[in-house]
Amino acid sequence: MYKIKLSDLDKLYKAISEDYPLYLPIKKAGEVNYGLYGEDEEVSLTTLKTVKSPKDAFFPQSEDLVNFKVDGNKIEVIDVRKEEQPFVVMGVRACDFKAFDVLDRVFLVDPLDTFYQNKRNAAIVVTNACTEPEDSCFCKVFGIDASDPSGDITTFIIGENLFWRANTEKGNALTEKVKGLFTETDDKIVAEEQKAIREKINSLPNVNLDLTPFKDEMLDIFNSEKWGKLSEACLGCGACTFVCPTCQCFDIRELTKNDGTVSRFRCWDSCMYSDFTKTAGGQPRTTQMQRYRQRFMHKLVYYPENNEGVYSCVGCGRCVKSCPMHLNIVKVIKAFDKGGKDE
Amino acid sequence: MNNLDCLIPIVAVVTDIRRDTPDVKTFRVVGLDGKKPFIHKPGQCAMLSIPGVGEALFSITSSPTNEKYLEFSIKKCGCVTEVLHSIEVGQQITLRGPYGRPFPVDTVFAKKDLLFVAGGIGLAPLRSVINYIRDKRENYGKVAVVYGARTAEDLVDYEEIEKEWKNVKDFDVYLTIDREQPDWTGHVGFVPNYVKEVGVPNTYTAVLCGPPIMIKFTLAGLLELGFKKENIYTTLELRMKCGIGKCGRCNVGDKYVCKDGPVFCMTELDELPDEY
Repeated sequence: MYKIKLSDLDKLYKAISEDYPLYLPIKKAGEVNYGLYGEDEEVSLTTLKTVKSPKDAFFPQSEDLVNFKVDGNKIEVIDVRKEEQPFVVMGVRACDFKAFDVLDRVFLVDPLDTFYQNKRNAAIVVTNACTEPEDSCFCKVFGIDASDPSGDITTFIIGENLFWRANTEKGNALTEKVKGLFTETDDKIVAEEQKAIREKINSLPNVNLDLTPFKDEMLDIFNSEKWGKLSEACLGCGACTFVCPTCQCFDIRELTKNDGTVSRFRCWDSCMYSDFTKTAGGQPRTTQMQRYRQRFMHKLVYYPENNEGVYSCVGCGRCVKSCPMHLNIVKVIKAFDKGGKDE
Repeated sequence: MNNLDCLIPIVAVVTDIRRDTPDVKTFRVVGLDGKKPFIHKPGQCAMLSIPGVGEALFSITSSPTNEKYLEFSIKKCGCVTEVLHSIEVGQQITLRGPYGRPFPVDTVFAKKDLLFVAGGIGLAPLRSVINYIRDKRENYGKVAVVYGARTAEDLVDYEEIEKEWKNVKDFDVYLTIDREQPDWTGHVGFVPNYVKEVGVPNTYTAVLCGPPIMIKFTLAGLLELGFKKENIYTTLELRMKCGIGKCGRCNVGDKYVCKDGPVFCMTELDELPDEY
């Protein structure tokens, strides 16, 4: 294990960025999001929740799939994919790291999504333990340990220092390149801090949510009367889906450029929108209740059904903070809790 | 870097366009090398597009036993189909697929007596199976086809039905139209009622494809006649973008219609939320 003074982190970012594009939480216009490091950027590694999750690194909000040149009735397909160069994503929290696994189970199953896979393979992920978890966090519910995220490298911000532990070959390789900035240390302080983090987490308000009701019969949950009241205030704005680290629905659209080239791209989409399922022939989900229900049924019932019980929620709590109507998955889980009272 | 990705299509060319009904055309498609672009199974689908207009998923109407080309019967009803109906022979399109779970033609259907019930453009996906069975006649029992449309002009592939299907051994074809019209001497009435009148034994395996209202009443009729749900199949149609179970659009319950369907047994549909 190594450590570096927080006041020296700029040197570390600079050193990494000499070899790799470095993506980490950066403050811009008052909001912190993952962005490309530059010397003028204001890095904010201590920000607990970036507004958007780091899923952009592998599944960008908008991404070109293929271009076409159209000439009369002739079409030429142009593959726009480029060789992905290794890059570093730093500051990834335990919940967001687990979300990569949730996305892998969609994009890396047959047939492979090579757009995602190429970026995933090229990335070196540096995680950051949550020394200051907050009330909206409930990752523990999904078996995530925020005090010990994995990744290629794990870091811990404790006192005046950042502690650094390589976990994989990729992590070792990166460590070798920047080792000159570090001093060696044992893991005693880190172990103590981890214990303190776990205690903090245990005292958070939403860490004991009961997920067992979602193991009941799918149709019973689907047909529950609770969805009506739960979704009543939903505006269908889709904010929850855009900040969500596990939401992976996308649209495929086309744009004809000035030179006549047609660019086909995919972009994030939201099951909360009415045109998501609309066809020329009809609309299977006509009400916002149905769309709201679909989102949570997918995260808590359908996805686990297809993925050995893994939920498509990691308890990051972004939806708790972003919903203008204060609706969120925590309220859904509580509403179905048989022991608890309905919200 | 991987060389292939499912989302990157190939270029194909339309070599023949046949007008089947006032709003249905059948497009013959081959690769740029003049050969059939890929091998599919009956019931599977493919993504067709005209770049600049958009992509849409269509069932492959031709039988896999046709080794020369693919055919798609397409009804004019939205943005992409509107433009497809305006193209001429020689137009290149993009194509990717085949997608989806086909009809169990080589397993469940083998040696069985089969009843096909179709309404309107619903014949398109069934034509693939029916012609497959016609070409591998010895592997199947008796076949009954009940097909209806609003008017005589709306019966898709009418010529093939008259000229070919009616002459195949143990193929019974029953056509009906919704309302009487001057030049029509055949049956008049809705498909679900006609299915009951035809009186196909309930030991047949049934395959239904058509508008939801037709499926609903035909299914009820078949159950009344003693057909078992495990012997009734249908196909679902929902909005799709990727075709490979990733974009999330066609998700119903724990299934994705694009990859787990479009073919479903009625017993499977019973276990899914009614959202299709």
